[in-house]
Amino acid sequence: MTPFIEVRDLHFQYEDGTQALAGIDFTLHAGETVALLGANGSGKTTFVLQLNGILRGQGSVTVCGLPVTKENLAAIRSKIGMVFQDSEEQLFMPTVLEDVAFGPLNQGLSPEQAIEKAKLALQQTGMELALGKAPYHLSAGEKRKVALAGVLAMEPEILVLDEPTTFLDPPGQRNLLHLLRELPQAKLIVTHNTRFAAALAQRAVFFERGRLVADGPIEEIAQRFDWAYSPFPDADLRYSAQRRF
Amino acid sequence: MHHVLVDQWSQGASPLHARDPRAKVMVLLIFLVALATTAPDAAVTLTIDAALLVAGILIAGLPPGGLLLRAMAILPFSLTFGLISWLAGDRLRAIGLAEKSYLSTAAVLLLVGTTPLPRLLSGLESMGCPRLLVLLAQFLYRYLFVISEQAQHLRLAAACREGRARKNRRSKFRAAAGALAVLFARSYYRAEGIHQAMLARAFAGRFATLNPLRFRATDGLFTAALAVLLILARLP
Amino acid sequence: MHIPDNFLSTPVWAALDAVSISAVGLMVKRASRELEETRVPLLGVMGAFVFAAQMINFPVGAGTSGHLVGGALLACTLGPAPAVLVMTTIIAIQAIVFQDGGVLALGANVFNMAVAGVLVGYWPFQLWGASRRRTAIFMGGFLSVMASGSLALAELLISGVAMPQAWVFTSLGLFAVNAIIEGAITISVIQALEKVNPGFVQQAKRSSGRALAALSGAGVLLGITGFLLASSAPDGIQRLGQRLGISTKPGFDTPLANYTLGHFESAWLRRAAAGLAGLLLIYAICTAGARMIGRRRSA
Repeated sequence: MTPFIEVRDLHFQYEDGTQALAGIDFTLHAGETVALLGANGSGKTTFVLQLNGILRGQGSVTVCGLPVTKENLAAIRSKIGMVFQDSEEQLFMPTVLEDVAFGPLNQGLSPEQAIEKAKLALQQTGMELALGKAPYHLSAGEKRKVALAGVLAMEPEILVLDEPTTFLDPPGQRNLLHLLRELPQAKLIVTHNTRFAAALAQRAVFFERGRLVADGPIEEIAQRFDWAYSPFPDADLRYSAQRRF
Repeated sequence: MHHVLVDQWSQGASPLHARDPRAKVMVLLIFLVALATTAPDAAVTLTIDAALLVAGILIAGLPPGGLLLRAMAILPFSLTFGLISWLAGDRLRAIGLAEKSYLSTAAVLLLVGTTPLPRLLSGLESMGCPRLLVLLAQFLYRYLFVISEQAQHLRLAAACREGRARKNRRSKFRAAAGALAVLFARSYYRAEGIHQAMLARAFAGRFATLNPLRFRATDGLFTAALAVLLILARLP
Repeated sequence: MHIPDNFLSTPVWAALDAVSISAVGLMVKRASRELEETRVPLLGVMGAFVFAAQMINFPVGAGTSGHLVGGALLACTLGPAPAVLVMTTIIAIQAIVFQDGGVLALGANVFNMAVAGVLVGYWPFQLWGASRRRTAIFMGGFLSVMASGSLALAELLISGVAMPQAWVFTSLGLFAVNAIIEGAITISVIQALEKVNPGFVQQAKRSSGRALAALSGAGVLLGITGFLLASSAPDGIQRLGQRLGISTKPGFDTPLANYTLGHFESAWLRRAAAGLAGLLLIYAICTAGARMIGRRRSA
């Protein structure tokens, strides 16, 4: 079975010389959900930005059988949908409807067709009532859902989510979890929230200084690198406010 | 914030809100030009203009007190110049400045209070405004509130760290310059983030339009009727 | 500095509307050649930045604080043509959404602050940005505010708005203070920016084109002449406005006429008239010339 994503020996250096990716090999199969774990600055976001050609490194990156080259960018960007960490930057159109319809319009659909796709996607994420609203009137969770709708409207085969639980309160996180569980696409989830990841993914990869140092079941990886949210110790009353500094 | 309130007003659903933005812009321009060329003592004309404005506010369902109060923001400026003209013996001009500037401000408020800015921009574009400027304004307005909030946070943070030690003016000045540089950098990188988000959704160089405006018979009637009214009012 | 409606006389605001439309139209054409719509979000966001930046207070002593206007800063970071467009949009939004400045007077405000202000603000940087950088940037900020303010004042006077001479001088003095503040803020912010990322600030290159240099030169000329006219003969300007028929002041003499001192003779009036006509002529020639140069380059 041809892998959905195939990355071989990927290197990437930023303009200021930082070696962000130092030889990555990675494979993703249809329907898989993989958690991308690792410390801040270890290369997770840099890596995912290579998959749709926003950043271009050295090595081979193939998405759904298409190598990431200039000619294939339009097709690849229809196949990979990316939900960025900052929803404020992702919802850049004046209204929700216009934003969600942005992707379909770029795919060449007519305005009527784009609006149809947009409305469907908004229904899918439960945001159909926000059609005419301006993005800055929405809460963080609502913005996240609209951003997801904007991506789903393009009918991608792979979803990439960069830190999707940022700014979400616990109910918001649960909401998002249920939503993502229903979606059939293959998913790559960059996150620090291991519990959230474990509820969606069975496989995880661990980034360390631009390299993939582990690839396996998520519980194993979390334990090996001490990456789980372990229960905190009980509040120690010796450190109460009465204590003088 | 002022523009947030006006933004809320513009989301209404009155017959005036429903009019094509191009019709409203044309009527506003006729109103402003007629007003600008009206003599300060043409009481009939000015009363009719004021009456039309009040009628517009009521039809639009906007809070009359709120709108008329906001229009008063122009008065300190115009009354100051009016005072100078009055003292110079040109009493007519003084009165004219005050009443005409107030009516103009109220008229503009009525337009933006019944037309969401993105819609107004589409109307201006179809009336000949260059697309580049329209898109620029759209993005500016979209991020105006976001970045203003960031600026407030920076001010607050700086104030929190000021303490009681009276720092000299130079360091405060430099601190403010640093804050501006930070705001600039954040805005710039935000724009990069927006760019990446655009690319990720297959942006290929041109923004496509979604909501074509349709100038209906009602809009034509509206424009014609008000144009005639305003010109007739101007005649005496 | 934002002139509201009903302050300028009809010939003045109408003429400036026409001038601004052509000047900004020129800048749009120039910017469209250099950037596709991809760069528009950057310009929009930087416009929002300037809006927000105008809220940050810079203490200047005696309990007062100034704030940034932004024309020179934008020109030195985004380039002159994009800066003109961003400032134009800012002024338009200020007029429409915030009712800060008139709608019919938009042409005047755009000309003063977005065209003259920006181009004059960039001019020293373009000429001396490579050699005497700090001075050039400061001068840019200074001239930018000075030009916008003097032009606004001159336009008001020529429309017949009554202003005692003392007032005119005070206004010019205030503009000068604000201009110094603008220069200081502009250079401090640019220095701070260079520490964050040197790439933020433009490399002062001469290749910005003769068209731009011509327009900038015209802008400086207009600004300086506007300043001179306003400062030397405010009443003269008012009388000039009457003679040209573009003032709305009624024909009787006012007590203010006594404010003028003995040395304002009719020779000045003649010079002032020639000066104004000359300014408009220079501007027309520069615009036409810039268009011709632009056409020849793209041919």
